[in-house]
Amino acid sequence: MARGRNGAEKAARPAKGAVMVLVATRKGAFLLRGDAARRRWKVGPPIFLGSIVHHLVQDPRDRRTLLLAARTGHLGPTVFRSTDLGRTWKEAARPPAFPKAPEGQKGRVVDHTFWLTPAHASEPGAWYAGTSPQGLFRSADGGDTWEPMPGYNDDPRYRGWMGRETDGTPDGPVIHSIIVDPRDPSHLYLGMSSGGVHESLDGGRSWNPIIDGMEVVEQLDPSNVAFHDPHAVRLCATNPDRLYQQNHCGIYRLDRPGRRWERIGRNMPKAVGDIGFPIVLHPRDDSTAWVFPMDGSGVWPRTSPAGKPAAYVTRNAGSTWKRLDGGLPRRDAWWTVKRQAMAGDARDPVGLYLGTTQGEVWASRDEGGRWACLARGLPEIYSVETAELGR
Amino acid sequence: MKVVIPSPLLSYTGRREVEAEGATLDALLGDLDRRHPGLRFRVVDEQGGLRPHMRLFVNGEHVRDLATPVRPGDEVRLVQALSGG
Repeated sequence: MARGRNGAEKAARPAKGAVMVLVATRKGAFLLRGDAARRRWKVGPPIFLGSIVHHLVQDPRDRRTLLLAARTGHLGPTVFRSTDLGRTWKEAARPPAFPKAPEGQKGRVVDHTFWLTPAHASEPGAWYAGTSPQGLFRSADGGDTWEPMPGYNDDPRYRGWMGRETDGTPDGPVIHSIIVDPRDPSHLYLGMSSGGVHESLDGGRSWNPIIDGMEVVEQLDPSNVAFHDPHAVRLCATNPDRLYQQNHCGIYRLDRPGRRWERIGRNMPKAVGDIGFPIVLHPRDDSTAWVFPMDGSGVWPRTSPAGKPAAYVTRNAGSTWKRLDGGLPRRDAWWTVKRQAMAGDARDPVGLYLGTTQGEVWASRDEGGRWACLARGLPEIYSVETAELGR
Repeated sequence: MKVVIPSPLLSYTGRREVEAEGATLDALLGDLDRRHPGLRFRVVDEQGGLRPHMRLFVNGEHVRDLATPVRPGDEVRLVQALSGG
């Protein structure tokens, strides 16, 4: 993933150091520190216990900085920054917030910051944030102060595609999957749930949708951008012309400069389907992607199909998929893995990590062949990211 | 004047009772933020509205309008209304 790497060249080399798993939950954040072999893991004490933490992300440009998006049931949304890998934290002086509306007009209020992405490797200290309701923000100073990006926030077309506070996901409409092309700091993508996938070629000053080929819920009009619901979009680190997407309505691949998504999820087993939230890409192989399907039938239970959780992998860009459930519960595990709650590391073989709504962290050191539980009893997990330690 | 701080905001002030000045509640919260940076935005949103689960009491009386005048000697209490589980 471009947002987690220092560019395509560096991403091509496997990492060798220890891995830290950054877990954000509904009631605080937790750091899981692994040894170099990724065999032994230590779960750290809660960070900001009681705060609702939607995202916790390492800055791959210095490997020391972490940004954490938090709010509580009572207090407004903010961003905390650590420059020592989570030992100490400092609050942003100006967290993401919409401009104050002119007198007599109703202005927008950030409910929570949902997504954090480090900007390009050539822009140290720069970050992007996506909020609910949908707003795009940028920081040029390591996350201390944040400015709204009017090219998205105030564009009349986009205002029409943004959901109201009561629309979109159960926790409100969100911006997610803010992606920076490792070849070009001005080339950005983002996902709107709901509202489609969008591209900017000028650093976020203007945006255009890329939704051709994406399907929508039955009886809705696919030509209406607002009806599209990408759950997670990722870009291949070693081939930034290739993107994958887990959508509310299937799994897709897009090869640029093409503009039409191909529904590669049609090749998933029919009994499982291709509905889910997360998608994880191999850091060095643009044909390999992992998903974690959920039950999207009937009233959308959003649990593992039949209570039997499994990841699925494609190693040929979506032509075929293989079930990966070794070590996972064989039955009666009614999990949900949220859109940010699955990640990979940069090691060889790739380590995979996922967090469940029931507070369990599972990991595989062999690209999904065998899973082991790293932690139980955490609060509901909102996001899982990896941090590479050492150089 | 004296401002009584609820437990979720003690990480900003370090103590339950603090001093702040201002002719209105809005100005008082501005002064509190200068003394304890970051506190105001956790309580008041970017449009100037009190966040949904926060309450303000002046001399024991519930007040929602931040333009409400306050005077030296008043006691202002910031209170969190319970929410969620």
